[in-house]
Amino acid sequence: MSITLNDYLILSTIIFMIGMFGVFKRTNLLMLFFSTEIMLNAVNIGMAAISKFHGDLTGQMFAFFIIAIAASEVAVGLGLLVLWYKKHNNIDLTTMTSMKG
Amino acid sequence: MFEVVAFYLFAFLTIAMFSITVMTKNALYALSSLAAGMIFISAFFFLLGAEFLGAVQIVVYTGAVMALYAFGMMFFDSIKEIKESPKNPRLTFMLTGIISLIVVFIFIAPIIGANVTAHYPVGMAAELYGTIDGNTQDIGVVLFTKYLVPFEVAAVMLLVAMIGGIILSGKKMDVSITKISEEDLDKQHMGQSAQIELEEKDHK
Repeated sequence: MSITLNDYLILSTIIFMIGMFGVFKRTNLLMLFFSTEIMLNAVNIGMAAISKFHGDLTGQMFAFFIIAIAASEVAVGLGLLVLWYKKHNNIDLTTMTSMKG
Repeated sequence: MFEVVAFYLFAFLTIAMFSITVMTKNALYALSSLAAGMIFISAFFFLLGAEFLGAVQIVVYTGAVMALYAFGMMFFDSIKEIKESPKNPRLTFMLTGIISLIVVFIFIAPIIGANVTAHYPVGMAAELYGTIDGNTQDIGVVLFTKYLVPFEVAAVMLLVAMIGGIILSGKKMDVSITKISEEDLDKQHMGQSAQIELEEKDHK
């Protein structure tokens, strides 16, 4: 018995679904960010697993770029979040309806 | 055998940690369990022979991203319990649909992938240079040949994100809230809320 590609991909799906569940459920924006981080990490596991089982390094390269994108997303997103909190004193998603016609 | 035990152990731990992150109502618990989950994920990368990726995962996620969240949380009221959205009836429906779709893709993926040949096989650096330094050297060879342009673009993107983050969160940083007297602070808050009310009136 050994671990196959399918095992890793199923694990990746489970973690991705946990993240997606969080995105649907949360209204606090900080928690929403955490859920997106979980989803990005799930994809990274899948990339690394495919890279190993096909013996190709491209999967790992894409995992690196995903990490870079996640880092910059956090920097800009957290800046915007701090700005919003200073102005409105909460970061609840349900209150962000100012664009509603 | 070792690999199987390690895989199931870390799979269980990761899923447990991320479930806590998604389910808990305390923001601090969510933050620390997320950091733990990130470290457990790096274990998968080590198992998969991607040592450099595992090290980067620990350094970037638990070192930089989590520290950034921890500092960001000082701005927010993190002790207050988080409010949840009311029960969403579409949630289970959509989740089951997406899960079944992805599982189907997972089981047909190896069939499609059987014909794919590796352009950048593992151990390429060893063949080219006759050294056996493992994963890190392989990554370096591929990253600085085929993926050089995306690498540079990623560097520019990180620079832009850094400047954006500083400018966004650095506004009004020259005013120290701790040094202002209580009355002034109250006045400022009153002024702000009055301004917001005015804006809302204008809007209506």
